[in-house]
Amino acid sequence: MGSHTITSRTPGVFYHRPSPDADPYVTEGASVSEGDTVGLVEVMKTFHEVKADAAGTVSRFLVENEDEVTIGQELVELET
Amino acid sequence: MIRVQDPGLETTVQDTGRLGYYSIGFPPSGALDSFAYHVGNALVGNEPGAAALEAVYLGPTLEFTVDTVIAVTGADIPAFVDGEEIPTWESVAVSSGSVLSFGQLRAGARPYVAVAGGIDVPLYYGSRSTYTLVGIGGFQGRALRAGDELALGADARDPKAGRRLDGADVPVHPSTAEVHLLVGLHSYRLTEDSLARFTDTEWKVTPDANRVGYRFRGAELEFVPREQPFGAGSDPANVTDCGYPVGSVQVPGGVEPIVLLQDAVTGGGYATLGTVVSVDRDRLAQTKTGDRTRFVPVDLDGALEVRRDRLGALDRIRSALT
Repeated sequence: MGSHTITSRTPGVFYHRPSPDADPYVTEGASVSEGDTVGLVEVMKTFHEVKADAAGTVSRFLVENEDEVTIGQELVELET
Repeated sequence: MIRVQDPGLETTVQDTGRLGYYSIGFPPSGALDSFAYHVGNALVGNEPGAAALEAVYLGPTLEFTVDTVIAVTGADIPAFVDGEEIPTWESVAVSSGSVLSFGQLRAGARPYVAVAGGIDVPLYYGSRSTYTLVGIGGFQGRALRAGDELALGADARDPKAGRRLDGADVPVHPSTAEVHLLVGLHSYRLTEDSLARFTDTEWKVTPDANRVGYRFRGAELEFVPREQPFGAGSDPANVTDCGYPVGSVQVPGGVEPIVLLQDAVTGGGYATLGTVVSVDRDRLAQTKTGDRTRFVPVDLDGALEVRRDRLGALDRIRSALT
């Protein structure tokens, strides 16, 4: 078992859910495939989906909902 | 022609801007980092003023359908042609069918792509710059989308690969930028302490930072109590409406100062505490959310000297690149 960390490609504000009333994209323990959306980063009033760049199981989130993130910041840790 | 495979983030066509219409509410638009834009054109052998592409944070993926010469300037970001990394701040030949793409930004915020002949979109009020807020200029008045096809101009003066900006002239993008501030217009509205606090604070760039302006966080400022004049409203951060210079700083409510950039709101009723020296807007344009900025006060002579030095350097670079 290895681990893989998904990082942010842009600075902005991180969200776990597609909209305030929706369920989170993924929760800890969920399995994801490469290309699955795991969160959103809002930058310049547009929303960018954060995609898993590897398949695995979500072991933990490294940022809270609505945290400000920077480029390259670690967002989600996967067990691969 | 350029075919847009992936638009990146807010990638727009920009030139030196649409000057002369500020009084009717038209901001100039144009490249935010004027130095990177001008050097890009010089590198590919364009006349000054040819239109280029400006992106932010994420570079676009662009396919060229002709043999041409390009240069990537501005932010520190890896750039690739057909998967091979290319030097930035240097003109590079690309062949028909080649694809330009970008990696993850290392420093700065905005990469520029200059192309021999410039991006050929219609002139709108004398400029090819995009003003997305009202949808005019540039490519259909908007940021690029996948599938867009951009025509190229035919009038490059002297396109040539291998022109390179001297390493000593390549701007560095520190995570704390320093910009010069000419204090004035309504600085008298701030208490003395607050004005000093403004220039002592390292302000953090918030996620609200785009071509209209940058919003900062870092301190609270207080205004001198007064009976508000007619037309100024009751908020002490307000004055009677006036024009806002490009680069001017307002502090709505005393928190989160805003610096207006090339797509500026042209006027309004917030007290203007100073104006960033025009050539230093280049530095602001290369800061991103989470970076820090210090405002260094200068007087008018100091501001003019900063501008003269920077424009002189650009002239020297342009002549060296011919």
